Amino acid sequence: MKRFSAFNVVSLTLGFAFLYLPMIILVIYSFNDSKLVTVWAGFSTRWYGELLQNEAFLDAAWVTIRVAVASSTIATVLGTMAAYVLVRAGRFHGRTLFSGMIYAPLVMPEVITGLSLLLLFIGIGLDRGIVTIILAHTTFSMCYVSVVVSSRLVSFDRSLEEAALDLGCTPFAAFRLVTLPIIAPAVISGWLLAFTLSLDDLVIASFTAGPSATTLPIKIFSAVRLGVSPEINALSTIMIGIVTVGVITASLVSKRASVKQQAEEQAAVRAT
Amino acid sequence: MRRLILIAVPYLWLLALFLVPFLIVLKISLSDTAIAIPPYTPTLDLAGGWAAFKDFLGQLDMENFVWLTEDDLYWKAYLSSVKIAFFATVLTLVAGYPIAYAMARAAPEWRPTLLMLVILPFWTSFLIRVYAWMGILSNEGLLNGLLLKLGLIAEPLTILNTNAAVYIGIVYTYLPFMILPIYSALEKMDESLLEAAEDLGCSRLQAFWLVTVPLSKQGIIAGCFLVFIPVVGEFVIPSLLGGSGTLMIGKVLFEEFFNNRDWPVASAVAVILLLILIIPIILFQRNEQKQREAEG
Repeated sequence: MKRFSAFNVVSLTLGFAFLYLPMIILVIYSFNDSKLVTVWAGFSTRWYGELLQNEAFLDAAWVTIRVAVASSTIATVLGTMAAYVLVRAGRFHGRTLFSGMIYAPLVMPEVITGLSLLLLFIGIGLDRGIVTIILAHTTFSMCYVSVVVSSRLVSFDRSLEEAALDLGCTPFAAFRLVTLPIIAPAVISGWLLAFTLSLDDLVIASFTAGPSATTLPIKIFSAVRLGVSPEINALSTIMIGIVTVGVITASLVSKRASVKQQAEEQAAVRAT
Repeated sequence: MRRLILIAVPYLWLLALFLVPFLIVLKISLSDTAIAIPPYTPTLDLAGGWAAFKDFLGQLDMENFVWLTEDDLYWKAYLSSVKIAFFATVLTLVAGYPIAYAMARAAPEWRPTLLMLVILPFWTSFLIRVYAWMGILSNEGLLNGLLLKLGLIAEPLTILNTNAAVYIGIVYTYLPFMILPIYSALEKMDESLLEAAEDLGCSRLQAFWLVTVPLSKQGIIAGCFLVFIPVVGEFVIPSLLGGSGTLMIGKVLFEEFFNNRDWPVASAVAVILLLILIIPIILFQRNEQKQREAEG
Protein backbone atom coordinates (compact mmCIF):
# COMPACT_ATOMS: atom_id res chain seq x y z
CA MET A 1 0.00 0.00 0.00
CA LYS A 2 2.78 2.40 -0.82
CA ARG A 3 0.42 4.75 -2.64
CA PHE A 4 -1.95 5.07 0.26
CA SER A 5 -0.46 8.35 1.35
CA ALA A 6 -1.27 10.80 4.11
CA PHE A 7 -3.22 12.78 1.53
CA ASN A 8 -5.61 9.88 1.02
CA VAL A 9 -6.10 9.42 4.75
CA VAL A 10 -6.88 13.11 5.15
CA SER A 11 -9.35 13.20 2.28
CA LEU A 12 -11.19 10.12 3.52
CA THR A 13 -11.33 11.47 7.08
CA LEU A 14 -12.57 14.89 6.03
CA GLY A 15 -14.96 13.43 3.48
CA PHE A 16 -16.63 11.06 5.90
CA ALA A 17 -16.65 13.66 8.67
CA PHE A 18 -18.52 15.98 6.28
CA LEU A 19 -20.98 13.23 5.33
CA TYR A 20 -21.67 12.01 8.86
CA LEU A 21 -21.18 14.86 11.35
CA PRO A 22 -24.42 16.71 10.48
CA MET A 23 -26.45 13.55 11.06
CA ILE A 24 -24.56 12.65 14.25
CA ILE A 25 -25.21 16.16 15.59
CA LEU A 26 -28.90 15.80 14.72
CA VAL A 27 -29.07 12.50 16.60
CA ILE A 28 -27.29 13.93 19.67
CA TYR A 29 -29.54 16.98 19.81
CA SER A 30 -32.67 14.85 19.61
CA PHE A 31 -31.87 13.84 23.21
CA ASN A 32 -31.57 17.45 24.32
CA ASP A 33 -33.92 18.45 27.11
CA SER A 34 -34.17 22.08 26.04
CA LYS A 35 -36.80 23.40 23.69
CA LEU A 36 -34.13 25.72 22.33
CA VAL A 37 -32.58 23.25 19.98
CA THR A 38 -29.14 24.84 19.95
CA VAL A 39 -28.58 25.01 23.71
CA TRP A 40 -27.67 21.78 25.48
CA ALA A 41 -29.72 21.33 28.67
CA GLY A 42 -29.09 17.73 29.60
CA PHE A 43 -30.09 14.31 28.37
CA SER A 44 -33.76 13.52 27.94
CA THR A 45 -36.06 11.42 25.81
CA ARG A 46 -39.05 13.71 26.24
CA TRP A 47 -39.27 14.63 22.53
CA TYR A 48 -39.69 10.98 21.64
CA GLY A 49 -42.58 10.78 24.08
CA GLU A 50 -44.19 13.89 22.61
CA LEU A 51 -43.67 12.56 19.13
CA LEU A 52 -45.54 9.35 19.96
CA GLN A 53 -48.47 11.43 21.17
CA ASN A 54 -48.60 13.59 18.07
CA GLU A 55 -51.43 12.02 16.12
CA ALA A 56 -50.92 14.09 13.00
CA PHE A 57 -47.41 12.66 12.65
CA LEU A 58 -48.52 9.12 13.40
CA ASP A 59 -51.31 9.33 10.83
CA ALA A 60 -48.92 10.70 8.23
CA ALA A 61 -46.40 7.95 9.03
CA TRP A 62 -49.08 5.30 8.52
CA VAL A 63 -50.11 6.81 5.16
CA THR A 64 -46.45 6.97 4.11
CA ILE A 65 -45.81 3.32 4.95
CA ARG A 66 -48.93 2.13 3.13
CA VAL A 67 -48.00 4.21 0.07
CA ALA A 68 -44.42 2.93 0.12
CA VAL A 69 -45.36 -0.75 0.45
CA ALA A 70 -48.04 -0.57 -2.24
CA SER A 71 -46.10 1.55 -4.74
CA SER A 72 -42.81 -0.33 -4.37
CA THR A 73 -44.54 -3.69 -4.80
CA ILE A 74 -46.42 -2.66 -7.94
CA ALA A 75 -43.30 -0.89 -9.21
CA THR A 76 -41.21 -4.03 -8.71
CA VAL A 77 -43.63 -6.12 -10.79
CA LEU A 78 -43.92 -3.50 -13.55
CA GLY A 79 -40.22 -2.64 -13.46
CA THR A 80 -39.15 -6.28 -13.71
CA MET A 81 -41.51 -6.74 -16.66
CA ALA A 82 -40.11 -3.61 -18.29
CA ALA A 83 -36.52 -4.79 -17.73
CA TYR A 84 -37.38 -8.15 -19.27
CA VAL A 85 -38.91 -6.40 -22.27
CA LEU A 86 -35.87 -4.13 -22.68
CA VAL A 87 -33.33 -6.93 -22.48
CA ARG A 88 -35.16 -9.95 -23.92
CA ALA A 89 -38.10 -8.98 -26.11
CA GLY A 90 -35.99 -8.03 -29.12
CA ARG A 91 -37.27 -5.46 -31.57
CA PHE A 92 -40.86 -4.27 -31.59
CA HIS A 93 -42.71 -1.19 -32.72
CA GLY A 94 -42.12 1.71 -30.35
CA ARG A 95 -39.11 0.19 -28.60
CA THR A 96 -37.22 3.50 -28.72
CA LEU A 97 -40.14 5.34 -27.16
CA PHE A 98 -40.38 2.61 -24.51
CA SER A 99 -36.73 2.82 -23.47
CA GLY A 100 -36.97 6.59 -23.56
CA MET A 101 -39.92 6.49 -21.17
CA ILE A 102 -37.93 4.19 -18.85
CA TYR A 103 -34.87 6.44 -18.70
CA ALA A 104 -36.47 9.88 -18.86
CA PRO A 105 -38.18 9.84 -15.43
CA LEU A 106 -34.80 9.12 -13.81
CA VAL A 107 -33.53 12.57 -14.77
CA MET A 108 -36.82 14.46 -15.01
CA PRO A 109 -37.00 17.28 -12.46
CA GLU A 110 -39.44 16.26 -9.73
CA VAL A 111 -41.42 19.48 -10.03
CA ILE A 112 -42.27 18.63 -13.64
CA THR A 113 -43.24 15.02 -12.88
CA GLY A 114 -45.40 16.18 -9.98
CA LEU A 115 -47.08 18.97 -11.92
CA SER A 116 -47.84 16.78 -14.94
CA LEU A 117 -49.34 13.98 -12.83
CA LEU A 118 -51.47 16.42 -10.89
CA LEU A 119 -52.82 17.92 -14.11
CA LEU A 120 -53.63 14.40 -15.35
CA PHE A 121 -55.48 13.44 -12.16
CA ILE A 122 -57.50 16.64 -12.27
CA GLY A 123 -58.12 16.17 -15.99
CA ILE A 124 -59.64 12.72 -15.51
CA GLY A 125 -61.44 13.74 -12.33
CA LEU A 126 -59.59 11.42 -9.95
CA ASP A 127 -59.78 12.71 -6.38
CA ARG A 128 -56.37 13.29 -4.87
CA GLY A 129 -55.52 11.02 -1.97
CA ILE A 130 -53.63 7.88 -1.17
CA VAL A 131 -54.43 6.26 -4.55
CA THR A 132 -53.00 9.12 -6.57
CA ILE A 133 -49.79 9.17 -4.51
CA ILE A 134 -49.41 5.41 -5.05
CA LEU A 135 -49.91 5.82 -8.82
CA ALA A 136 -47.36 8.64 -8.94
CA HIS A 137 -44.74 6.82 -6.86
CA THR A 138 -45.19 3.59 -8.81
CA THR A 139 -44.55 5.43 -12.07
CA PHE A 140 -41.18 6.91 -11.18
CA SER A 141 -39.92 4.04 -9.06
CA MET A 142 -40.70 1.35 -11.65
CA CYS A 143 -38.10 3.05 -13.84
CA TYR A 144 -35.44 2.71 -11.12
CA VAL A 145 -36.43 -0.94 -10.60
CA SER A 146 -36.16 -1.69 -14.30
CA VAL A 147 -32.68 -0.13 -14.50
CA VAL A 148 -31.46 -2.21 -11.53
CA VAL A 149 -33.04 -5.44 -12.80
CA SER A 150 -32.00 -5.00 -16.43
CA SER A 151 -28.34 -4.58 -15.46
CA ARG A 152 -28.57 -8.01 -13.80
CA LEU A 153 -30.46 -9.53 -16.74
CA VAL A 154 -27.82 -8.33 -19.20
CA SER A 155 -25.04 -10.08 -17.31
CA PHE A 156 -26.68 -13.49 -16.98
CA ASP A 157 -26.18 -16.45 -19.21
CA ARG A 158 -29.17 -16.86 -21.49
CA SER A 159 -28.36 -20.47 -22.32
CA LEU A 160 -29.66 -21.44 -18.85
CA GLU A 161 -33.12 -20.26 -19.85
CA GLU A 162 -32.84 -21.98 -23.20
CA ALA A 163 -31.85 -25.22 -21.50
CA ALA A 164 -34.97 -25.04 -19.33
CA LEU A 165 -37.11 -24.48 -22.45
CA ASP A 166 -35.43 -27.41 -24.20
CA LEU A 167 -36.16 -29.60 -21.20
CA GLY A 168 -39.86 -28.87 -21.62
CA CYS A 169 -40.53 -25.85 -19.41
CA THR A 170 -43.15 -23.36 -20.52
CA PRO A 171 -41.69 -19.85 -20.89
CA PHE A 172 -43.39 -18.80 -17.67
CA ALA A 173 -42.08 -21.83 -15.78
CA ALA A 174 -38.59 -21.15 -17.14
CA PHE A 175 -38.86 -17.60 -15.86
CA ARG A 176 -40.09 -18.70 -12.44
CA LEU A 177 -37.65 -21.60 -11.96
CA VAL A 178 -34.51 -20.29 -13.64
CA THR A 179 -34.55 -16.56 -14.32
CA LEU A 180 -36.27 -15.30 -11.19
CA PRO A 181 -33.96 -17.06 -8.67
CA ILE A 182 -30.92 -15.67 -10.50
CA ILE A 183 -32.17 -12.09 -10.73
CA ALA A 184 -33.78 -12.22 -7.26
CA PRO A 185 -31.06 -10.11 -5.55
CA ALA A 186 -31.59 -7.37 -8.14
CA VAL A 187 -35.36 -7.59 -7.77
CA ILE A 188 -35.04 -7.29 -3.99
CA SER A 189 -32.69 -4.32 -4.19
CA GLY A 190 -35.06 -2.78 -6.74
CA TRP A 191 -37.91 -3.15 -4.27
CA LEU A 192 -35.84 -1.62 -1.46
CA LEU A 193 -34.83 1.27 -3.69
CA ALA A 194 -38.44 1.88 -4.70
CA PHE A 195 -39.51 1.67 -1.05
CA THR A 196 -36.97 4.27 0.13
CA LEU A 197 -37.66 6.55 -2.84
CA SER A 198 -41.33 6.52 -1.89
CA LEU A 199 -40.65 7.12 1.83
CA ASP A 200 -38.41 10.00 0.92
CA ASP A 201 -40.40 11.82 -1.71
CA LEU A 202 -41.65 15.29 -0.87
CA VAL A 203 -42.14 17.13 -4.16
CA ILE A 204 -44.19 14.62 -6.15
CA ALA A 205 -46.27 13.74 -3.08
CA SER A 206 -47.00 17.45 -2.48
CA PHE A 207 -48.50 17.70 -5.95
CA THR A 208 -50.45 14.44 -5.85
CA ALA A 209 -51.62 14.31 -2.22
CA GLY A 210 -55.01 15.65 -1.30
CA PRO A 211 -56.46 16.90 1.97
CA SER A 212 -57.48 13.33 2.83
CA ALA A 213 -53.94 11.95 2.83
CA THR A 214 -50.73 13.65 3.94
CA THR A 215 -47.39 11.87 3.91
CA LEU A 216 -44.66 12.20 6.51
CA PRO A 217 -42.26 14.21 4.29
CA ILE A 218 -45.04 16.75 3.63
CA LYS A 219 -45.66 17.04 7.38
CA ILE A 220 -41.93 17.32 8.14
CA PHE A 221 -41.46 19.94 5.44
CA SER A 222 -44.25 22.16 6.67
CA ALA A 223 -42.93 21.85 10.24
CA VAL A 224 -39.27 22.61 9.46
CA ARG A 225 -40.12 25.54 7.20
CA LEU A 226 -40.71 27.44 10.43
CA GLY A 227 -37.33 26.41 11.83
CA VAL A 228 -35.59 23.65 13.74
CA SER A 229 -37.79 21.68 16.12
CA PRO A 230 -36.81 19.07 18.73
CA GLU A 231 -39.67 16.77 17.76
CA ILE A 232 -38.43 16.65 14.17
CA ASN A 233 -34.95 15.85 15.51
CA ALA A 234 -36.41 12.87 17.35
CA LEU A 235 -38.34 11.75 14.29
CA SER A 236 -35.22 12.10 12.10
CA THR A 237 -33.22 10.02 14.57
CA ILE A 238 -35.77 7.22 14.41
CA MET A 239 -35.69 7.31 10.60
CA ILE A 240 -31.87 7.38 10.47
CA GLY A 241 -31.77 4.46 12.91
CA ILE A 242 -34.16 2.34 10.82
CA VAL A 243 -32.21 3.02 7.61
CA THR A 244 -28.83 2.29 9.22
CA VAL A 245 -29.98 -1.01 10.68
CA GLY A 246 -31.69 -1.93 7.40
CA VAL A 247 -28.74 -1.15 5.15
CA ILE A 248 -26.20 -2.88 7.39
CA THR A 249 -28.38 -5.99 7.71
CA ALA A 250 -28.99 -6.08 3.95
CA SER A 251 -25.29 -5.79 3.18
CA LEU A 252 -24.36 -8.51 5.70
CA VAL A 253 -27.01 -10.83 4.27
CA SER A 254 -25.89 -10.24 0.69
CA LYS A 255 -22.23 -10.70 1.70
CA ARG A 256 -23.07 -14.03 3.32
CA ALA A 257 -25.04 -15.05 0.24
CA SER A 258 -22.16 -14.21 -2.08
CA VAL A 259 -19.66 -16.07 0.12
CA LYS A 260 -21.98 -19.09 0.07
CA GLN A 261 -22.37 -18.84 -3.69
CA GLN A 262 -18.60 -18.67 -4.17
CA ALA A 263 -18.12 -21.74 -1.98
CA GLU A 264 -20.73 -23.63 -4.01
CA GLU A 265 -19.14 -22.62 -7.27
CA GLN A 266 -15.73 -23.74 -6.06
CA ALA A 267 -17.20 -27.04 -4.91
CA ALA A 268 -18.80 -27.47 -8.33
CA VAL A 269 -15.49 -26.75 -10.05
CA ARG A 270 -13.69 -29.27 -7.85
CA ALA A 271 -16.35 -31.90 -8.54
CA THR A 272 -15.85 -31.71 -12.29
CA MET B 1 -49.59 -13.47 -27.01
CA ARG B 2 -47.73 -13.65 -23.70
CA ARG B 3 -45.04 -11.46 -25.16
CA LEU B 4 -47.65 -8.91 -26.17
CA ILE B 5 -49.06 -8.74 -22.64
CA LEU B 6 -45.56 -8.51 -21.20
CA ILE B 7 -44.79 -5.52 -23.42
CA ALA B 8 -48.21 -3.91 -23.21
CA VAL B 9 -48.62 -3.66 -19.43
CA PRO B 10 -45.53 -1.54 -18.57
CA TYR B 11 -45.84 0.28 -21.91
CA LEU B 12 -49.42 1.39 -21.34
CA TRP B 13 -48.65 2.32 -17.73
CA LEU B 14 -45.85 4.65 -18.82
CA LEU B 15 -47.87 6.07 -21.69
CA ALA B 16 -50.79 6.87 -19.39
CA LEU B 17 -48.81 8.15 -16.40
CA PHE B 18 -45.71 9.64 -17.98
CA LEU B 19 -46.23 10.67 -21.60
CA VAL B 20 -49.89 11.72 -21.52
CA PRO B 21 -49.42 13.89 -18.37
CA PHE B 22 -46.55 15.60 -20.09
CA LEU B 23 -48.66 16.31 -23.17
CA ILE B 24 -51.28 17.79 -20.85
CA VAL B 25 -48.64 20.15 -19.42
CA LEU B 26 -47.68 21.16 -22.94
CA LYS B 27 -51.33 21.78 -23.83
CA ILE B 28 -52.09 23.82 -20.72
CA SER B 29 -48.93 25.88 -21.24
CA LEU B 30 -50.52 27.01 -24.52
CA SER B 31 -53.91 27.78 -22.96
CA ASP B 32 -55.24 30.97 -21.41
CA THR B 33 -55.61 31.53 -17.69
CA ALA B 34 -59.23 31.67 -16.56
CA ILE B 35 -61.05 32.16 -13.30
CA ALA B 36 -62.83 28.82 -13.37
CA ILE B 37 -62.38 25.21 -12.41
CA PRO B 38 -60.08 24.05 -13.91
CA PRO B 39 -58.46 27.49 -14.10
CA TYR B 40 -57.64 27.54 -17.78
CA THR B 41 -59.37 27.60 -21.20
CA PRO B 42 -59.97 26.02 -23.61
CA THR B 43 -60.69 22.52 -22.36
CA LEU B 44 -60.69 19.75 -24.89
CA ASP B 45 -64.16 18.31 -25.44
CA LEU B 46 -63.78 15.07 -27.37
CA ALA B 47 -67.52 14.73 -27.79
CA GLY B 48 -67.50 17.75 -30.14
CA GLY B 49 -65.65 15.78 -32.83
CA TRP B 50 -63.23 17.14 -35.40
CA ALA B 51 -64.71 20.63 -35.62
CA ALA B 52 -64.39 21.10 -31.87
CA PHE B 53 -60.80 19.84 -32.05
CA LYS B 54 -59.91 22.36 -34.76
CA ASP B 55 -61.57 25.08 -32.77
CA PHE B 56 -59.55 23.94 -29.74
CA LEU B 57 -56.27 24.11 -31.66
CA GLY B 58 -57.15 27.56 -32.85
CA GLN B 59 -57.44 28.80 -29.29
CA LEU B 60 -53.95 27.73 -28.29
CA ASP B 61 -51.26 30.39 -28.40
CA MET B 62 -47.81 31.26 -27.14
CA GLU B 63 -49.07 33.98 -24.81
CA ASN B 64 -47.68 32.38 -21.63
CA PHE B 65 -44.26 32.01 -23.16
CA VAL B 66 -44.27 35.63 -24.26
CA TRP B 67 -45.26 36.56 -20.73
CA LEU B 68 -42.30 34.56 -19.36
CA THR B 69 -39.87 36.47 -21.56
CA GLU B 70 -41.34 39.80 -20.51
CA ASP B 71 -41.16 39.20 -16.78
CA ASP B 72 -37.62 39.51 -15.36
CA LEU B 73 -38.34 37.09 -12.53
CA TYR B 74 -38.42 34.02 -14.77
CA TRP B 75 -35.33 34.89 -16.77
CA LYS B 76 -33.39 35.57 -13.62
CA ALA B 77 -34.63 32.38 -12.01
CA TYR B 78 -33.60 30.22 -14.98
CA LEU B 79 -30.20 31.88 -15.21
CA SER B 80 -29.56 31.70 -11.51
CA SER B 81 -30.65 28.02 -11.34
CA VAL B 82 -28.22 27.11 -14.10
CA LYS B 83 -25.49 29.20 -12.47
CA ILE B 84 -26.01 27.70 -9.01
CA ALA B 85 -26.16 24.19 -10.49
CA PHE B 86 -22.94 24.80 -12.44
CA PHE B 87 -20.87 26.11 -9.53
CA ALA B 88 -22.33 23.53 -7.16
CA THR B 89 -21.33 20.80 -9.62
CA VAL B 90 -17.77 22.13 -9.73
CA LEU B 91 -17.63 22.29 -5.92
CA THR B 92 -19.02 18.76 -5.62
CA LEU B 93 -16.41 17.51 -8.09
CA VAL B 94 -13.59 19.18 -6.15
CA ALA B 95 -14.89 17.68 -2.89
CA GLY B 96 -15.78 14.29 -4.32
CA TYR B 97 -12.75 13.46 -6.46
CA PRO B 98 -10.20 13.14 -3.63
CA ILE B 99 -12.63 10.93 -1.68
CA ALA B 100 -13.27 8.66 -4.67
CA TYR B 101 -9.53 8.57 -5.36
CA ALA B 102 -8.63 7.61 -1.81
CA MET B 103 -11.34 4.93 -1.80
CA ALA B 104 -10.02 3.40 -4.99
CA ARG B 105 -6.48 3.35 -3.55
CA ALA B 106 -7.52 1.83 -0.22
CA ALA B 107 -6.76 -1.82 0.54
CA PRO B 108 -9.22 -4.08 -1.34
CA GLU B 109 -10.64 -5.52 1.89
CA TRP B 110 -11.58 -2.01 3.03
CA ARG B 111 -13.33 -0.98 -0.15
CA PRO B 112 -16.74 -2.60 0.44
CA THR B 113 -16.98 -0.89 3.85
CA LEU B 114 -15.97 2.49 2.42
CA LEU B 115 -18.46 2.04 -0.39
CA MET B 116 -21.22 1.27 2.08
CA LEU B 117 -20.33 4.38 4.08
CA VAL B 118 -20.81 6.49 0.93
CA ILE B 119 -24.08 4.79 -0.01
CA LEU B 120 -25.61 4.86 3.49
CA PRO B 121 -26.46 8.61 3.47
CA PHE B 122 -28.06 8.09 0.06
CA TRP B 123 -30.64 5.78 1.68
CA THR B 124 -31.34 8.31 4.41
CA SER B 125 -34.11 10.80 3.80
CA PHE B 126 -33.01 13.68 1.59
CA LEU B 127 -35.26 16.05 3.53
CA ILE B 128 -33.65 15.08 6.84
CA ARG B 129 -30.14 15.54 5.47
CA VAL B 130 -31.03 19.06 4.30
CA TYR B 131 -32.79 19.79 7.57
CA ALA B 132 -29.70 18.73 9.57
CA TRP B 133 -27.88 21.77 8.20
CA MET B 134 -30.53 24.22 9.41
CA GLY B 135 -29.49 23.66 13.02
CA ILE B 136 -25.82 23.93 12.17
CA LEU B 137 -25.88 27.03 9.99
CA SER B 138 -28.40 29.26 11.77
CA ASN B 139 -27.27 32.42 13.56
CA GLU B 140 -27.50 30.74 16.96
CA GLY B 141 -26.39 27.47 15.39
CA LEU B 142 -23.51 25.16 16.20
CA LEU B 143 -21.11 26.47 13.58
CA ASN B 144 -21.44 30.07 14.76
CA GLY B 145 -21.23 28.92 18.38
CA LEU B 146 -18.01 27.08 17.66
CA LEU B 147 -16.45 29.96 15.74
CA LEU B 148 -17.42 32.46 18.45
CA LYS B 149 -15.96 30.26 21.15
CA LEU B 150 -12.72 29.89 19.24
CA GLY B 151 -12.62 33.67 18.89
CA LEU B 152 -12.43 33.49 15.12
CA ILE B 153 -15.40 35.82 14.68
CA ALA B 154 -16.77 38.60 16.84
CA GLU B 155 -20.42 38.23 15.89
CA PRO B 156 -22.44 35.45 14.26
CA LEU B 157 -22.13 35.03 10.51
CA THR B 158 -25.35 34.95 8.54
CA ILE B 159 -25.11 31.71 6.56
CA LEU B 160 -28.58 30.18 6.73
CA ASN B 161 -30.96 31.67 4.15
CA THR B 162 -28.15 32.71 1.83
CA ASN B 163 -26.76 31.18 -1.35
CA ALA B 164 -23.76 29.92 0.63
CA ALA B 165 -26.07 27.64 2.61
CA VAL B 166 -27.65 26.45 -0.66
CA TYR B 167 -24.20 25.50 -1.99
CA ILE B 168 -23.32 23.65 1.23
CA GLY B 169 -26.65 21.80 1.08
CA ILE B 170 -26.19 20.77 -2.55
CA VAL B 171 -22.59 19.58 -2.12
CA TYR B 172 -23.61 17.64 0.98
CA THR B 173 -26.65 15.87 -0.47
CA TYR B 174 -25.28 15.22 -3.96
CA LEU B 175 -21.75 14.14 -2.95
CA PRO B 176 -22.47 10.37 -3.20
CA PHE B 177 -23.73 10.86 -6.79
CA MET B 178 -20.33 12.33 -7.67
CA ILE B 179 -18.19 9.88 -5.70
CA LEU B 180 -19.75 6.64 -6.95
CA PRO B 181 -19.19 6.95 -10.74
CA ILE B 182 -15.67 8.38 -10.26
CA TYR B 183 -14.82 5.60 -7.83
CA SER B 184 -16.01 2.91 -10.22
CA ALA B 185 -13.89 4.44 -13.01
CA LEU B 186 -10.79 4.73 -10.80
CA GLU B 187 -11.19 1.28 -9.31
CA LYS B 188 -10.89 -0.33 -12.74
CA MET B 189 -7.66 1.54 -13.44
CA ASP B 190 -4.48 -0.48 -13.70
CA GLU B 191 -2.00 0.95 -11.19
CA SER B 192 0.99 -0.27 -13.16
CA LEU B 193 0.18 2.49 -15.66
CA LEU B 194 1.20 5.01 -12.99
CA GLU B 195 4.43 3.16 -12.33
CA ALA B 196 5.12 3.13 -16.06
CA ALA B 197 4.52 6.90 -16.22
CA GLU B 198 6.87 7.46 -13.30
CA ASP B 199 9.50 5.19 -14.82
CA LEU B 200 9.28 7.28 -17.95
CA GLY B 201 10.11 10.37 -15.94
CA CYS B 202 6.75 11.82 -14.92
CA SER B 203 6.44 13.39 -11.52
CA ARG B 204 3.59 12.09 -9.38
CA LEU B 205 1.50 15.14 -10.12
CA GLN B 206 2.16 14.86 -13.84
CA ALA B 207 1.26 11.17 -13.78
CA PHE B 208 -1.97 12.09 -12.02
CA TRP B 209 -2.90 14.71 -14.65
CA LEU B 210 -1.76 12.73 -17.65
CA VAL B 211 -2.88 9.23 -16.66
CA THR B 212 -5.35 9.12 -13.77
CA VAL B 213 -7.60 12.04 -14.72
CA PRO B 214 -8.04 11.05 -18.40
CA LEU B 215 -8.79 7.46 -17.37
CA SER B 216 -11.49 8.61 -14.98
CA LYS B 217 -13.04 10.98 -17.52
CA GLN B 218 -16.19 8.91 -18.04
CA GLY B 219 -16.79 8.81 -14.30
CA ILE B 220 -16.26 12.55 -13.96
CA ILE B 221 -18.70 13.26 -16.79
CA ALA B 222 -21.33 10.90 -15.39
CA GLY B 223 -20.95 12.36 -11.88
CA CYS B 224 -21.22 15.95 -13.12
CA PHE B 225 -24.43 15.25 -15.04
CA LEU B 226 -25.91 13.32 -12.14
CA VAL B 227 -25.42 16.41 -9.98
CA PHE B 228 -26.11 19.17 -12.51
CA ILE B 229 -29.37 17.90 -14.03
CA PRO B 230 -31.41 17.42 -10.85
CA VAL B 231 -29.95 20.50 -9.13
CA VAL B 232 -31.29 22.84 -11.84
CA GLY B 233 -34.85 21.88 -10.86
CA GLU B 234 -34.10 21.54 -7.12
CA PHE B 235 -36.87 22.63 -4.78
CA VAL B 236 -36.17 21.41 -1.22
CA ILE B 237 -32.68 22.88 -0.77
CA PRO B 238 -33.47 26.46 -1.87
CA SER B 239 -36.71 26.41 0.13
CA LEU B 240 -35.12 25.30 3.40
CA LEU B 241 -31.59 26.71 3.23
CA GLY B 242 -31.95 29.56 0.75
CA GLY B 243 -33.27 33.03 1.46
CA SER B 244 -35.53 35.45 -0.33
CA GLY B 245 -32.58 36.27 -2.58
CA THR B 246 -32.19 32.68 -3.73
CA LEU B 247 -33.95 32.40 -7.06
CA MET B 248 -34.32 28.87 -8.33
CA ILE B 249 -36.80 27.82 -10.96
CA GLY B 250 -38.05 24.72 -9.11
CA LYS B 251 -39.12 26.94 -6.25
CA VAL B 252 -40.69 29.50 -8.60
CA LEU B 253 -42.70 26.76 -10.34
CA PHE B 254 -43.89 25.34 -7.01
CA GLU B 255 -45.00 28.73 -5.78
CA GLU B 256 -46.55 29.72 -9.10
CA PHE B 257 -48.68 26.62 -8.92
CA PHE B 258 -49.63 26.47 -5.24
CA ASN B 259 -49.64 30.12 -4.20
CA ASN B 260 -50.67 31.94 -7.36
CA ARG B 261 -52.67 29.04 -8.79
CA ASP B 262 -51.62 30.10 -12.25
CA TRP B 263 -51.58 26.74 -14.01
CA PRO B 264 -50.84 27.89 -17.57
CA VAL B 265 -47.81 29.92 -16.46
CA ALA B 266 -46.57 27.10 -14.20
CA SER B 267 -46.89 24.72 -17.14
CA ALA B 268 -44.99 27.07 -19.42
CA VAL B 269 -42.24 27.34 -16.76
CA ALA B 270 -42.05 23.53 -16.70
CA VAL B 271 -41.85 23.27 -20.50
CA ILE B 272 -38.94 25.73 -20.68
CA LEU B 273 -37.16 24.02 -17.77
CA LEU B 274 -37.32 20.78 -19.70
CA LEU B 275 -36.04 22.47 -22.86
CA ILE B 276 -33.04 23.76 -20.88
CA LEU B 277 -32.34 20.30 -19.51
CA ILE B 278 -32.87 18.33 -22.68
CA ILE B 279 -29.35 18.93 -24.00
CA PRO B 280 -27.55 17.82 -20.80
CA ILE B 281 -29.94 14.84 -20.54
CA ILE B 282 -29.12 13.71 -24.09
CA LEU B 283 -25.39 14.21 -23.51
CA PHE B 284 -25.63 12.21 -20.29
CA GLN B 285 -27.43 9.31 -21.97
CA ARG B 286 -24.84 9.28 -24.76
CA ASN B 287 -22.06 9.11 -22.21
CA GLU B 288 -23.79 6.21 -20.46
CA GLN B 289 -24.27 4.38 -23.73
CA LYS B 290 -20.62 4.86 -24.70
CA GLN B 291 -19.61 3.42 -21.37
CA ARG B 292 -21.93 0.43 -21.75
CA GLU B 293 -20.54 -0.25 -25.22
CA ALA B 294 -16.96 0.05 -23.95
CA GLU B 295 -17.73 -2.50 -21.24
CA GLY B 296 -19.86 -4.85 -23.32
